[in-house]
Amino acid sequence: MLSNSCDVNYRMIPPIARRGLFLAPLLWLAGCNTVVLNPSGDIAAQQGNLVIVSTLLMLLIIVPVMILICLFAWRYRKANTSAKYEPNWDHSTKLELMIWGAPLLIIIVLGAITWIYTHLLDPYRPLSRIDQHRPVAAGVKPLEIQVVAMDWKWMFIYPEQGIATINEVVTPIDVPVRFKLTSSTVMNAFYVPALAGMIYTMPGMETQLNAVMNKVGVYDGFSANYSGAGFSQMRFKYHGVSQGDFDAWVEKTRGATGALTRAEFVLLDKPTTKHPITHFGNVDKGLYDLVLNRCVVEGSVCMNTMMHQDATRIKAAAAVKAMDKDVCETDVAATAQPIRKE
Amino acid sequence: MTMSEHTLTPNHPILGRLSWESIPLHEPILIGTFAMVALGGLAFLAVMFKFRLWGPLWKNWITSIDHKRIGIMYMILGIIMLLRGFADALMMRAQQAMAFGDNVGFLPPHHYDQVFTAHGTIMIFFVAMPLVTGLMNYVVPLQIGARDVSFPFLNNFSFWMTTFGAMLTMASLFIGEFAKTGWLAFPPLSGIMASPDVGVDYYIWSLQIAGVGTTLSGVNLIATIVKMRAPGMDLMKMPVFTWTALCTNALIVATFPILTVTLAMLSLDRMVGTNFFTNDLGGNPMLYVNLIWIWGHPEVYILILPVFGVFSEIVSTFSAKRLFGYTSMVYATVVITILSYLVWLHHFFTMGSGASVNSFFGITTMIISIPTGAKIFNWLFTMYKGRITFDVPMLWTVGFMLTFVIGGMTGVMLAVPPADFVLHNSLFLIAHFHNVIIGGVVFGLFAGMNYWFPKAFGFKLDEFWGKVCFWCWLVGFWVAFTPLYVMGFMGVTRRMNHFDDPSLQIWFVIAAIGALIIAGGIGAFLMQIYVSWRDREKLRDVTGDPWGGRTLEWATSSPPPDYNFAFTPVVHDSDSWADMKAHNYKRPTKGFVDIHMPKNTAAGFIISALSFVMGFALVWQMWALAIIGFVAMMAAIITHTFNYKRDFYIKAEEVVRTEEAHTRLLESHV
Repeated sequence: MLSNSCDVNYRMIPPIARRGLFLAPLLWLAGCNTVVLNPSGDIAAQQGNLVIVSTLLMLLIIVPVMILICLFAWRYRKANTSAKYEPNWDHSTKLELMIWGAPLLIIIVLGAITWIYTHLLDPYRPLSRIDQHRPVAAGVKPLEIQVVAMDWKWMFIYPEQGIATINEVVTPIDVPVRFKLTSSTVMNAFYVPALAGMIYTMPGMETQLNAVMNKVGVYDGFSANYSGAGFSQMRFKYHGVSQGDFDAWVEKTRGATGALTRAEFVLLDKPTTKHPITHFGNVDKGLYDLVLNRCVVEGSVCMNTMMHQDATRIKAAAAVKAMDKDVCETDVAATAQPIRKE
Repeated sequence: MTMSEHTLTPNHPILGRLSWESIPLHEPILIGTFAMVALGGLAFLAVMFKFRLWGPLWKNWITSIDHKRIGIMYMILGIIMLLRGFADALMMRAQQAMAFGDNVGFLPPHHYDQVFTAHGTIMIFFVAMPLVTGLMNYVVPLQIGARDVSFPFLNNFSFWMTTFGAMLTMASLFIGEFAKTGWLAFPPLSGIMASPDVGVDYYIWSLQIAGVGTTLSGVNLIATIVKMRAPGMDLMKMPVFTWTALCTNALIVATFPILTVTLAMLSLDRMVGTNFFTNDLGGNPMLYVNLIWIWGHPEVYILILPVFGVFSEIVSTFSAKRLFGYTSMVYATVVITILSYLVWLHHFFTMGSGASVNSFFGITTMIISIPTGAKIFNWLFTMYKGRITFDVPMLWTVGFMLTFVIGGMTGVMLAVPPADFVLHNSLFLIAHFHNVIIGGVVFGLFAGMNYWFPKAFGFKLDEFWGKVCFWCWLVGFWVAFTPLYVMGFMGVTRRMNHFDDPSLQIWFVIAAIGALIIAGGIGAFLMQIYVSWRDREKLRDVTGDPWGGRTLEWATSSPPPDYNFAFTPVVHDSDSWADMKAHNYKRPTKGFVDIHMPKNTAAGFIISALSFVMGFALVWQMWALAIIGFVAMMAAIITHTFNYKRDFYIKAEEVVRTEEAHTRLLESHV
């Protein structure tokens, strides 16, 4: 865990949150390694701010309520006979309005914030800014990294660079990164707290995460969704480096001897814990798509192929059904047969 | 791959997958536990034989269809299972407090993963559910002035199904193993490829058996509340606890079938090779996650709504004042009931649903906090201008209000999808739901137990140990879970059995100390029951109304006679007993008639026991035994339909005797 980040970047905190900074000791009571509130990537920073903003909004109502609970409990204790006692008082329209209205107002504000930021910080949404002050320049293409969660290790494929790694990921800072993620076995969640919020990785499905790292450093990454016996060791290091260092790292990795072929992937797919960092200088083209469609093993039918065939077959059957009955009754059975590949 | 290896060794024709290797002789912790359970069991048997208690146990309890006795049995089940679930919690806290760096702790993943799965499953299904159901079973018929529930036999059957479900979970401790999947058993992890062992099957069949009981008990209580209220008690005069019970049981009936079907689909995937939730051949694991949370989210409201009712009763009784805003309390309950179906997706914002879907579910979740907030305010203004006595139930209530608002706040934080992206599955989440489950449900159950105990047993619970228990739980909760909130902000995730970063250790040590303080609270509770039983004469409640209650259950004696009320009361107000007292109500002392009552039966126990046999056989794939169990169960059900001796009359003379005894008791203490 990175513990050198006591220097809070105040400019990254929106004004509404800055006003609530008197409460900061509450949140920083953990010392200085509360990475979630103090991250190094712009997306995570905005998400952390939302945590603070929503807390402050709710404290507006929680604090008075807690004070009133204590106050009433003390004031109306049985021993205090000087306090008013009205055993049959059980209704007040004004109070009812306040009771329902005050939380409603807060939820309206929080709901609006939620709607806006859920869309702005949607992990699928391409980045529009590097940080608070720098928009993404026109024509900048994000760096694509394909992520495969395996039992119990992480594979990172850099399709444009033609390299791959296990349990180590390196990106240049201030460059938008687009992760495409899937899993080869069970569900996991890809989480680098310093970079951005988590996203699940699921077999046969692809999720995406757009993020950017703003500070050079080595950060923790791990699976945040329990996935079996090796889950606790399913960790990797995330290196945020300068563009120059990144290019050098790519060159060096290209020189690595290992090649990530389909056969190699099948071998790697066996469950292991604490898998050592591994580099591959060469990756089979389209390997990630094979993983995603669950057909890395030679001879297996890819999910997308199967779905495509199913769709064709169903369309044909529907078309035949739509025809007049007497046109070609004999052909119906033949056309509607499922296409089987053994 | 695992699967093909698995099917290569054919199962034993009679024993199925069961063999000597299934007994975990190599696990010292389990052997120790077994030894303790065996010793406890022997001691229990010795006491039962020595005092010849088998007959009374069978006649008065096991076969009883009296809602009061069934309610008490539910509470006992819940408390026993609390000890098991809490032992799991202590083991987790100990493991996480020591497993740093080179130290791997004392629980290998194989064991640790079962422990956290069992902890969640047991605490929800076999602690919180029985305790909540037990309270409703005991109190609701009394509150509405009824003599029993609508379907008394069904009530006994529901209890035994729940109990045998719990016993199947306990059996996994010594024969085989429990699931290693987390308490909701998400596929593909719970599928046959990743979990070929019996653990997930134990999980499935325990919940299936218990689920039948829960669903039927829901049907029963809805029918009871709708059809059996005393004359004059229209819906808007029902006590708030009964209202929350009605809503909770509506939730149970609407959601538990979803759980049953989802688990049935999972077991089909595992047993006969269907592909509902598999990775391949068109299966979709996300479908399972959706379905299980469509049950799972209403489930948390099933737990919390009745305790909201408990707090409403207590805060009004101990403030000696009408509940503020009865109508808005009722509407808040109904709104929560409906909204609880519209929020399930907030449990997996991070699965990559689109922004619009996520915001919809985020906002519906926040909206629930409005009626919940209204409830807090209503309790607050009930205290306002009251005369508050701080007996133990009221202490729990104030402790709840202060604790629960924090849990509510952290819940709304998690409802903001981008904030959830950084806090989901973290220890912050763990702290949040323990904040609402302990600070809400558990506090409410303790409040309720302290409040209604004198009604059930005729003597109050000891105050000193009650206070020790309360302070241990309150302080222990905050010591145990504040570090978890903090570590959530450090990005520490849940369900870890080992940590690399040594700076975290101190937080886990603090959390473990908190768990020990809570253990003190549980010990104090057991002590409280013992001391109260010892001093029962001193703590005797002769009035039937020890707290100055406001609802009908306090109108009868403590404990109530078998028939609850000699005459069905007539209701004119929502605080019906307070209203009767205010109008100088005179207890009728003559004119008693025979009372029609349901008769005890062993059918519920027998059918449930046979379902246990069938469940156990299915877990181990002992097909012959499973078929025998099923056929025997069906035979028992059909036989029971021919049992026409289902009722009897309590003779008027006996009613006279009981009522006169009560009159004498009342007079002797005026």
